Amino acid sequence: MRHAAAPLLLAPLLLLLGGAYVVPFLGVMRWSVTLPVPGFGQYVRLFTDPLVLSVFLRSFRICAIVTTLSVIAAYAICCIWVRGAPALRIIAEFCILVPFWISLLTRAFGWVALLSSRGLINTWLQAAGLIDEPLPLSQNEFAVILGMTHFLIPFAVFPLASAMRAVDERVLLAARGLGARRARIFWSVFVPMTRAGLIGATMLVFVFALGFFVTPAILGGGRSIMLAELVYVRIFQSPDWGLGAAISVVLVVLVGGLLALLFRLVRPAQLVGAR
Amino acid sequence: MSARPGPVLLAVAVVVAAFLLLPLVAVVPISFTPKRFLSMPNGVWSLRHYRALLDTPDWGQAILLSLRVGLLSSAAATLLGLLFALGVWMFRPRFAAALVGFVLLPMVAPPVVSAITLYFLLTSFSGVAGAIGYDTWGGVVLAHTVMTAPFAVVLLLVALAEVDPRIDLAARGLGASVWTRAVRVILPNIRFGIAAAALLCFVLSWEEIGVTLFITSVNAITLPRLMWMGLRDNIDPAGAALSVVLIGVTIAALALRTLLFRPRA
Repeated sequence: MRHAAAPLLLAPLLLLLGGAYVVPFLGVMRWSVTLPVPGFGQYVRLFTDPLVLSVFLRSFRICAIVTTLSVIAAYAICCIWVRGAPALRIIAEFCILVPFWISLLTRAFGWVALLSSRGLINTWLQAAGLIDEPLPLSQNEFAVILGMTHFLIPFAVFPLASAMRAVDERVLLAARGLGARRARIFWSVFVPMTRAGLIGATMLVFVFALGFFVTPAILGGGRSIMLAELVYVRIFQSPDWGLGAAISVVLVVLVGGLLALLFRLVRPAQLVGAR
Repeated sequence: MSARPGPVLLAVAVVVAAFLLLPLVAVVPISFTPKRFLSMPNGVWSLRHYRALLDTPDWGQAILLSLRVGLLSSAAATLLGLLFALGVWMFRPRFAAALVGFVLLPMVAPPVVSAITLYFLLTSFSGVAGAIGYDTWGGVVLAHTVMTAPFAVVLLLVALAEVDPRIDLAARGLGASVWTRAVRVILPNIRFGIAAAALLCFVLSWEEIGVTLFITSVNAITLPRLMWMGLRDNIDPAGAALSVVLIGVTIAALALRTLLFRPRA
């Protein structure tokens, strides 16, 4: 930084984020050890309170299921987007990008419209005489998993796409030349060559899922609460700011650890490069 | 062509594609229901929920607020991001990687952590600086600027990476000042990047709900916040009508982009 202009350019954003993000986060950390009484009581509660523990377990279970589903789904559609016939590529891109750009709430509304007791699926099934009572499709874990998977598929696509674009076509042709069938080429050659993308997509989606809040809150109907929603409830509904703050701090540590692990396994450059 | 995906993969992808589009299609019939609650139009299709979007002042006010917040926070985030990205690109400061990493924090932190952090910030402002305190539109602008600036930085650094450093070196060799280099040499080369950053920041602010939910209650009701209220309590089909409008705009924008940029790519 030899030039006097350098600090002038860099400082405004650094000061804003320092003052409006880092300092208040330190304040949140202070809440976690001072409310309602000073000490680490809230952190002890995280590991002893059965309610909090059950929310932790449920969050990890849902995140694991959602991550698996979204990465598999993203892998399939991404193959078509990157390697399919030209017309199919445009359709696949459309199917990935339209949901990606549409707001979270609109998509959640779509799931409510499909799944609720007066929604599309139940109306049709009842009209067809297949069921008498509406099926309990929404306000439960099933709806949360569908909604989150839907939200996260596009995010899994981007790291996968850059890994798939990097695969050398000639290797696949060589495998075919050596007599490998299509399934063999896919599982033994193509998938291993996209390993970095798979790891990246899995970790990114898991991290996103963990701190994610809006979709589970709407589709879970307050019954299958996840970690992030517990923070919201503890700030606004049953005030227990210390616990909300402590969960936030633990989330930061978890996500930071996972991202650090990710960047040891995969170079950051391998994760981007997709549009 | 063995390199093309096979029929099994294609079949799975078709299922995934249907899954991705399903909820977007589902809001269409709901939005035409003649009833006051979420239901299928039973033979009778009505436009009442579209009319409600125009007639009910709540929706109009929320749209205006979201526009104002989106434009202001996008302008602020893009400007701050631009200064920062220029600083990193022109001066290669020591610890550049650490500085960029620091700036990206709000982007990588879990949304709920950002939400509680900004809630802490704005409630602390409430007593001393009321205009940017809890549940004010100024506070929402501040929070959205913090949340979207990292995305602007990413897009602008990507745009700058495409610029040939030698044109800047040439300008410097010819005696151009820092200001001239930035404004006359570098900015014209990244104008599309700047536009993209501003657009992305606007869209992110326009859709922002996670943080907004924590920092507003009754006064600063943005459009997503109003939709959230309609989704949580008594599901209002006007939200479906609005969703159909937003989906239409998104599809039109993407189709336009495909038509405009596809032939050259």
